[in-house]
Amino acid sequence: MSAQPVAESLVQSVDWLAVAPPTIAAAVGLVVLVADLFLPEARKNVLGWTSVAGLASAALLLLPLLDGDRSTFCVNGATRACSYTADHFTLVIQFLVLGGALLAALLSVTNLKDDERRVPPGEFWFLLLSSAAGAALLPASRDLATLIVALEVASLPAFALVGIRHGDKRSSEAALKFFLSSVTATAVSLMGISFVYASTGTLYLTQVAQRLTHVDGQLHTLAQVGVVLTLIGFAFKTAAVPFHFWVPDTYVGAPLPVAAYLSVVGKAVGFSGLILVTVVAFPSYADVWGPALAALAALTMTVGNAAALRQQATRAYSAVRLLAWSSVGQAGYLLVPIAAAGYAKDPQKAIGSTVAYALMYAAVNLGAFAVAALVGRGRALNRISDYRGLYATNPLTALLLAFFLLCLAGLPPGVIGLFAKVTVFSAAVDAGLGWLAVVMAVNVVIALFYYLQWTALLFRAPEGEPARHRVPAPLTAALALTGVLGVALSGAPQLVLRFAATGLF
Amino acid sequence: MIDINESVMQFLLAFVVVGPLLGAVAALLPAPPGLKGKSPEQAVLRHGVTVTGAILVAALVLALGFDHHHASKMQATTDISWIPALDVRIHLGIDGISLPLLVLTALLTFLCALYSYFKPPAGGSPKAFVALLLLLESGTLATFAVLDLLLFFLAFEMVLIPMYFLIARWGGEGRTRAAWKFILFTLLGSVVMLLGLLLIGIKAGTFDMVALATDNGRSLSTSVQVIAVLAIGIGLAVKTPMWPLHSWLPDAHTAAPTVGSVLLAGVLLKMGTYGFVRILLPIAPHGFHTFAPYLAAFAVVGIIYGSLACLALARHGAKGDLKRLIAYSSVGHMGFVLLGIATMTPTGVNGALFANIAHGLITGLLFFLVGALKDRTGSTDLDTLAEETGAALYGKAPRLGGLLAFAAVASLGLPGLAGFWGEMLALFGAFKPAADLSRPAFLTFMAIGAFGTLLTAAYMLIVVRRVCMGGVEQEAPKLADVHGYEFAAWTPLVALTVVAGLWPRALLGLTDPAVHQLLAGGTR
Repeated sequence: MSAQPVAESLVQSVDWLAVAPPTIAAAVGLVVLVADLFLPEARKNVLGWTSVAGLASAALLLLPLLDGDRSTFCVNGATRACSYTADHFTLVIQFLVLGGALLAALLSVTNLKDDERRVPPGEFWFLLLSSAAGAALLPASRDLATLIVALEVASLPAFALVGIRHGDKRSSEAALKFFLSSVTATAVSLMGISFVYASTGTLYLTQVAQRLTHVDGQLHTLAQVGVVLTLIGFAFKTAAVPFHFWVPDTYVGAPLPVAAYLSVVGKAVGFSGLILVTVVAFPSYADVWGPALAALAALTMTVGNAAALRQQATRAYSAVRLLAWSSVGQAGYLLVPIAAAGYAKDPQKAIGSTVAYALMYAAVNLGAFAVAALVGRGRALNRISDYRGLYATNPLTALLLAFFLLCLAGLPPGVIGLFAKVTVFSAAVDAGLGWLAVVMAVNVVIALFYYLQWTALLFRAPEGEPARHRVPAPLTAALALTGVLGVALSGAPQLVLRFAATGLF
Repeated sequence: MIDINESVMQFLLAFVVVGPLLGAVAALLPAPPGLKGKSPEQAVLRHGVTVTGAILVAALVLALGFDHHHASKMQATTDISWIPALDVRIHLGIDGISLPLLVLTALLTFLCALYSYFKPPAGGSPKAFVALLLLLESGTLATFAVLDLLLFFLAFEMVLIPMYFLIARWGGEGRTRAAWKFILFTLLGSVVMLLGLLLIGIKAGTFDMVALATDNGRSLSTSVQVIAVLAIGIGLAVKTPMWPLHSWLPDAHTAAPTVGSVLLAGVLLKMGTYGFVRILLPIAPHGFHTFAPYLAAFAVVGIIYGSLACLALARHGAKGDLKRLIAYSSVGHMGFVLLGIATMTPTGVNGALFANIAHGLITGLLFFLVGALKDRTGSTDLDTLAEETGAALYGKAPRLGGLLAFAAVASLGLPGLAGFWGEMLALFGAFKPAADLSRPAFLTFMAIGAFGTLLTAAYMLIVVRRVCMGGVEQEAPKLADVHGYEFAAWTPLVALTVVAGLWPRALLGLTDPAVHQLLAGGTR
C-alpha cells in the first residue's frame, strides 16, 4: 500500500532533456574512447570530428531549454529543492562552456595532426569531452555535493590533458604542478563544505541560504570559516591571486589548444561555481565574501597585469606566457561584479555583468589563441617577436589578432571589449566600490600597454624571410567563428550585454 | 540659411559620422577596376581626398541647412536605441556649439588629405595611412555629433589608436616614445573620465546629454557632482591639455608627421574643451562651480608656463625645435580657452569657443608651414635654421616667409585676425565672472592672462625675426617657394582666419544662443 509513495520518492523521474547537454558530451566521450580501439591508425582523425560534432550537438540541445524553467533531481520535502536546474544562468554558462570546448576542439584537430606521434588521440578526445561534460554540469548544480563532483569531473581530466604529451618533461612537470595545487584547493573546499553542512544540516544551496540566516550562535564561527574555505576552491579555478602560480607554467607546458581550453572553460567553471556559492548559497554572508572577493579581484588584476607587462618579447613561449598572465588579469575583472554583488541591492544584475564579460572574453581570447596556434605551427617557440610583420604575410590573420587584442584591451575598434568593461565598471560604481573601479581603471591602462605593444608589432616590417602559413581548415573555422562573433558583438553589444540588465536565476 | 528637409539633414549628419568609417574599410580593400589610377599608392591617396572631400561637402551642406535663427536647438537629430542593457542610444545632433567644430574638423582633414596626396608621407604604406586618417576623422566628428555620454566616450577613445599609429609609423625622431606617452596619458585620463561619466549616468538614471543638460544637475547631489567633475575634468584636461597634465603634447607634436600635428592641434585638443562645455557646464554645474577657480588658476599658469617655455626655446643657442615651440604655444592658447570656460559666463564661454576655432585654424596653418619648412631645409631646429643672422625666409622664399609671419601674428592675437577675439572675450569674461565666483581671484587671473598675451607677442616676434629676417648671402641657395598644392591647402585657413577676425559675428551668432541655453540649464 505504502510501497508506491516510497518508490516514488526513491526512484526519481529524470528530465532527460534538461540534463542532455552534459550527458551528450560525456556519452560521446565514451564512444570516442571505445571507437579508438577499433579504428586503424590512418583513420584516427574521425575521432576528432566526432568529438566536434558531439560538442556541437550538445550545444544545440540547449535550444529546447531556452525557457529556462526546467529542473530535475528534486526532493519534495517541506521546501522543494533541486540538484539540477536549467535556468537562464545555467544555459548561458553551458553555452559558453560547450562553445569554448568546441573551439578548443577545432584547434586540437590541427594540433593533433601536427603532433601525431606524441599525443594519443583517443585518450585526448575522451579527456577533453569528459572535462567539458563536468564543466557543463557545474553551472546547473544546485547542491554542494553535485557542485564539488562537477568541479572534479571538470578538473581531473584537465590534469591529464596538460601532461598528455609523451616524453615531454615540461608537460609532465606542469601537469604535476597543476594537479598538486588543485587537489589541495579542492580539499580545502571540501572541508569548508563539511563545515557548512555541519552548521546547516543541508547541502541544497537554497536551503543553505535559508538556514545560514539563523545558525546557532555556537556554530556561527564554524559557518563563517566554512564559507571562506568553500570559496577558496573556486577561487583557485578562476586562477585568482594568490592561487594563480600554476597558470603560466601550465599554459606553456600544455598543448596550446588545452591552454586555450583552460583559459576559457577552466575560468568559466571557477567563476560560475563562485557565483553559485556566493549569491545563491551564502547571500547572508555577503559582508564576509564581498570584501574578500573585492580584495582578491584587485590583487588578481594587478599581479596578472604587472607580470604580463614584464614578459620579454624574445623569450621562448612569450606569446603563450603573455596570454596566460593576461588571463589572470582578466580573471580579476571577472571577479569585480561578483564582489560588487556582495554590496549591491540587486546582486543578480551585477552577476550579469560577469556573465556578459565572460562571453566577450571567451570569444576574443579563443580567437587570440587560434592565431597563436596558427603562428606556432611555423615557429615552434611562439615568441612575441615571431609575430613581427605578420601583416605582411597574413594580413587577415594579423588584422584579426589586432582586433582580438584590442577587444581584450577594451579600445575601439574592439567596441565589445570596451562596453563589457563599461558594464563591469558600472557594476562596481553602482555598488559603491569606487576604489575598486579606480584600481581597475589603472589596470586597464597597464594592460593596454602590453596589448598594444603586441598589436604594433604585427604591423612592423618583417625581419628576415617571411614565412607564409597555409591555414588548415579547422583553424580557419575557429578563426572565422571567433572573428565573426567579435565583429557581430561589436556591432550589436546588446547580444551579450542584455545579461547585465536582467536577472539570470 | 537654405531650407533642407529634416530627414535629409539627419542623413547628412549620420553620413558625416559613418562615411569616414566606411571609407577607412574601403581604403584597405583593393581598388575596384576603373579607379586603379597610376599606381595603388596614388589610387588610395586619391580615395582619401575623395572621401574627406565628400564629408566636407556634407558638413558644409549641414551648415547651410542649419537653422541659424534657432542655433540653440539641437538639429538634424537621430535617436535610436543601440544597447538597451546599458541605456546607450545612438543620439546624434548638432547645435551652434558643435556645428563650427564639425565643419572645422571636416575642413582640416580634407586639407590634410589633399596635402598628403601631393606629398605622400614618408614611412609605411599610404594605404594604412589613409585608413587611419579616415578612422581618426570619424572619431573626431563623432565626438562632436553624439549626444550620449557613453557614445561620447567611445568616440573619444576611437581617435587613440589611429593617432598612435600615425605618430609611431610616420613620425620623426623619438616617435615610439612620444606615441606611447600620448596614448598612455590620454588613456589614463579617459578611464578616469569613464568612471565619472558612469557615476553621472547611474545617479541620474540616463546617459542622454540633452536630458541631463535640461535637468541641469538637479537630480545629482552636490557631492556626486564634485566627484564626477573631478573625474571627468581630469580626463578632459589631459586631452586639452591643461598644465600640469600637458607633458605629452610637446613630444607628440615634435615627433608627429605634419598631417598628424595639424590634426592633433587643430582637432583633437578641441575634443577636451568641447567636453568641458558640453558635459561639465550644463550637467554638473554645482560641481563645476566648486572647481572653476582652480581650473582658472591652472589655466593662467598654463598661459604663463607655455609662453615662458616658448621664450626659452626661441632664445639664441637654446636648440629650440619650432614644432615643440608651437606645441608649447598651444598649451598657452588652450589656457585662454579654459579660463574662458572657468568664468561660467556667456561672454567667457563664447570667447572660449571662438578661441577654440581660431586656434584650430591658426595652429593648423603654423604646423603646415613648419612642415613645409622642414621639407625644404631638413630641419626644424631654430638654431640650425637661423644660424648667426637669421634664416632670411623673406629673401629665400618670400611667400613662405610672408605666410609664416602672417600665421605668427595671427597667433599672437593681432586685432583683425581670428586669434584676437577669443582671447579678448575670455579675459572679458574673467573681468566679470559668474555672480557667485570670487571676483578678486578672477581679476588676478585676468591680469596674469593679459600679461601672458604680451609674452606670446614677444616669442612670436622673436620667431619671426629669427626665421623670416636676416641677410641673404649672394650664393645662398634659393628655397622652393610655395607650391600650388600648398597654396590650395593653406588658402582656406588664411582666408578663414581673416574672415573670423573681421566678422566675428558669423561665429559668435552661432555659439551665443547655444551657450546661453547651456548655462541657463537646457531650457530657456
